[in-house]
Formats: sequence, C-alpha cells, structure tokens
Amino acid sequence: MNDMAAPLLEARKISKRFGGVHALEDVDFRLYPGEVVALAGDNGAGKSTLTKIISGVFPPDSGEIAFDGSHVVLANPQDARTRGIETIYQDLALADNLDVGANVFLGREPMTRWFGLPVIDRKRMRAEAARTLDMLDIGLDRLDRPVRALSGGQRQCVAIGRALHWQAKVMIMDEPTAALGVPEQRKVLALIQSLKARGVGIVFISHNLHDIFAASDRIVVLRRGINAGERTTAQANPDEIVRMMVG
Amino acid sequence: MSAPAAAHPRPAEQQSNWIGWIAAARAWLFLIVLIVGFEVWSQIAFQATFVGNLFNISSIAVFAVAPLLLAIGQTFVIISGGIDLSVGFTMGFAAVIVSHVANLVTPSLGPVLGLLVAVVVTVAASALPGLVNGLLIARLRVPPFIGTLGMYGVVRGVAYLLAGGTTVPVANDALSYIGNGTIIGIPVVVLLTALAMLVLHYLLSQTRFGQYTYAVGGNRAAAVRAGINVRRVTVLLYILSAVCAGIGGILYAGRFSAGAAQAGEPLLLDSIAAVVIGGASLFGGSGTIVGTLIGALIVAVIEYGLVFINVEPFWQFVAVGIVIIISVLVDQSQRKGGRVDE
Repeated sequence: MNDMAAPLLEARKISKRFGGVHALEDVDFRLYPGEVVALAGDNGAGKSTLTKIISGVFPPDSGEIAFDGSHVVLANPQDARTRGIETIYQDLALADNLDVGANVFLGREPMTRWFGLPVIDRKRMRAEAARTLDMLDIGLDRLDRPVRALSGGQRQCVAIGRALHWQAKVMIMDEPTAALGVPEQRKVLALIQSLKARGVGIVFISHNLHDIFAASDRIVVLRRGINAGERTTAQANPDEIVRMMVG
Repeated sequence: MSAPAAAHPRPAEQQSNWIGWIAAARAWLFLIVLIVGFEVWSQIAFQATFVGNLFNISSIAVFAVAPLLLAIGQTFVIISGGIDLSVGFTMGFAAVIVSHVANLVTPSLGPVLGLLVAVVVTVAASALPGLVNGLLIARLRVPPFIGTLGMYGVVRGVAYLLAGGTTVPVANDALSYIGNGTIIGIPVVVLLTALAMLVLHYLLSQTRFGQYTYAVGGNRAAAVRAGINVRRVTVLLYILSAVCAGIGGILYAGRFSAGAAQAGEPLLLDSIAAVVIGGASLFGGSGTIVGTLIGALIVAVIEYGLVFINVEPFWQFVAVGIVIIISVLVDQSQRKGGRVDE
C-alpha cells in the first residue's frame, strides 16, 4: 500500500510457545491505515495465535508491538479495545435478546435523568446507533427489536458498526463471511471497503481464497508459525498463495 | 409449519403476528380466563360473586405477597440464565432470625427501634446465602441449579437449628403492625411488596445493572467482551434474590407473630411458577417484573380459588406444577419459532 505512511500496527519478531510447541516464531506483521491485510494459512499456522496477541488475549513470549507509532504492552483484551483494536467475533459479538442500540452501547450505556432518577438513555442509544449504521450504509428497518430477529449478515454489520462507533482503528475479523448467504457476504465485503475508506486497518482471516482476493490489499501467509511469504493482492495469484500455505 | 416457510423464512412479524401477540399476552389472558372461570363456578355453586368480594381480593393480594417477593428476586436470577432454589428456606431462615433478634432487642430499644435493628440484621444475614451462591456460581463455576440446591440444604438446616426445631414466637408491636396492619384499608404487607416491586422494576428496566442482567442471560460471552464485570453482576443477582427472600421472611414473621424455618418451603415452586408464567425464559435473557406480578397473581388466584371452591388444598401443588410445565413448553415452542425466523 502506501509505504510512506507509518504503520498503524506493527508486530516485530513475535514468538509464542505453548508447552513444547512453537505456535509463532519471529513473526513480523504490519498493518497500515485504510489497509486490508488477509492473514492466510492452514490450520495451526498461527493465524489465531497472532491475532490473539494483537488483541491482547495473551502476551507474546518475545517480540514487541507498536500501535500508532509507539510501543505498547496489551495487558488484556479490554486494554486493546480501549486503544482501538477490536476483534469482530461471529458468534460472541451480540446479546441476541437486546436491541441494536443496546448492543452498540453494551457496557457503556449513556445515562439520563427521569425525575431525578438515573435511567438508561435508550432514545439516545437508538439514535446514535442509527446514525452509525447509516454512515456505513447498513439499512435496518427497525432498531427497537432484539437482534435475534436479524439475519447473520445484519448481525455481523451491527457488530462492525459497534466497533466503528467506538472508534476502532484496527478491526480483526475472523472468518467474517463464514455461514452467510452470498448476498450477505457481498454486503460484509462492501462494508469492509467502507471501513477502509474511513482509514480503519483491517486484519482479515479467511479460508476462502475468493474472499481474500476480493477484499484484501495484501496477503500475509503463515506456515507452521513462521512468515511464509507476503504478496500485494493485485500482483498475486491464488496458486502462488496456496503453494506458500502448504509449503 | 409448512416446508416452504422454513426454506424461505418470511420476516418474523408477518409469519407469527397474532401467534406472537397471544404468546406475549398469554399471562394476561390466562389470568382473565382463571378469574372468569372461578366467577362462573362461584355463581353456579354458591350464587355468590368471587371477584366482586373485597375480602377475596384482599386475601388473594395477601396470599400473593410472599411468593411475589421471592419471585421478583428470582426474576433477575432467571433472566441472567440462572436459578435460585434456596429462596424458600432463605425466607424461613430470615423469619427465624428476625424473630430472635426482635425478641432480644425489643425490651431495651422499644418496638420501633427494635424492629429497625432486627430488620437490618436480618437483611444482612439473608444476604449471606446469596453471597455464597453468587461466589460459587461466578467464581467456582458451579452450575446454579447445583450450587443453590446445596444452599437449599444448608439454609434449611441452619434455619431449623436456629429455631431449635420449632417455631419462634415474636413479640414486637411494630412487626405485628407491618404484618397485619392496614393503611386506608390496604394491608401494609401489600403496600410494602408493591414498593419493593416498583424499586426492582426500576432496577431491572432502567439501570445498567438491569441491562447487564439481560445481557448475561442473552449472551454471557458477549457481556464479558463488552467489558461488563459478569462475575460481580452474578454475585449481586444472587444477593438480591436472597435479600428479597429475607424481606419475605420478615413479613411472614410479622403476619404470624412467629418465625418458622419452613415458612417459605412451598413457595419455591410458586416463585418459579410466577416467573415462568410471567413470560421469563428458563434459558435466560427474557422476563419482566410486570410479567412476574401477573404470574404471581395467577398462582395466587389458582391457589386461593381452589380453596374457595372447596378443592383439597394438595391440588394446588398439582395445578401450579402443571402450569409451570405448560409455560415452559410454550416458551420452548416460541424459541423454535424464533430459530426458523432466522
């Protein structure tokens, strides 16, 4: 991408062992603002270990992470989120029984007063959620119903909208198009482009080469815990990526 | 449900507009059907009115107080996806404690101050089983059903031990007034329970704590990820439930001028019945205080109505048990409907 800009997120020489297993060994990873990087690799290649380290789930054994130009230690996922590193999980994202506004604001509800009593400001939650979703061109007819009533793709959009609302600068998406119908997959891929235009850096994990080529700017391949190669998507071809993945 | 509907799900409103409406209003409808049923029976059998009789209304209200107090605490716990089986004996435990403490301090402090001390001590004591339940469930990941079943045994035993295996008479005028007095014709126990209901309704529907209760029951993992201190919420939920039961015990001691370990024994079933009839799901995530109120009224009308029409009182358990099972079945079928809509 734009090699002149400073990386938004940079992981240098990351190593992680689980018992005797080298999950990651001296892995380097960079992500620029407004860039979509696909993280490719076979099962056990270290994709999820790397994303968990980036999102603060566990610390690396060695190596360091720089975010927005300064060295950071991510103590826990909450710490990473506060800095603007969000992971979009497919199933863990939303409370099905709450409406869209309540989900966008979950854990950070705005309060107002009603005859002196503090009460949750549901009107504001809905209005602000609607504004964020409109910004991303996510059309939901009604925001006052439990998200249970939404489709998988719509829920994914709400989860992404929530991350954006809370100023996420890096979004890690683990198989964001899995288990979605084709129109919904297109919607999520379009949403990724819209986030890109807003300068969000996206780490995109997928097994689906078609999606990887459709969505990403750069492909980073991991194999058995090491960097197996890296290509600009426009100059790569699927066979080459598969060869790097299987070695 | 037809196969094409499952293959191409239509929006939820179109598919089950009136079914959904009936399901949502089922508690109200059931209450109305019950009242009409008892009224008709009463007119035919005794040529007397059932609902038109103020004594009946007042009796049903007083009847509903203790199960309702247990049920509003239970509502929070069930919404969060848990269950509290220890509430019945926590109520008895509290009834015994408030009697002992009131007897101990009333001679030196007088009835009002004595009652105040007894109430504070009892509320604190009844929070204890809730705290232990909460810690077991939140910290040690004991399933709520098992953790609170164990606590059921513990508080039961402790309550009987404290009572010396018998009932503890209590002499405190202020406590008796709370149990049997009226204000403008309305029993004080009913007014106090209404107040507790209002406070808990506010807590559940308007505060972050209430919102987190729903979130924990809807998707615990999402609640954790949203930065909600789920363990703390869980501990507070079981303390809340236990304290509600404790207040139920205090009102019981006031009403009967005695504390008994078995005060709340039959009420566990009633409280769970009120919550699930009121529309809460035993799978967590849904329920309201208003729904629980309707549920508790249904239970009270069934129980009082059966006595009124001279049915053997043991049929009450059968009726309430059947109503619980039917409510859960309705809830389950609603859930399956929800899946198809996705």
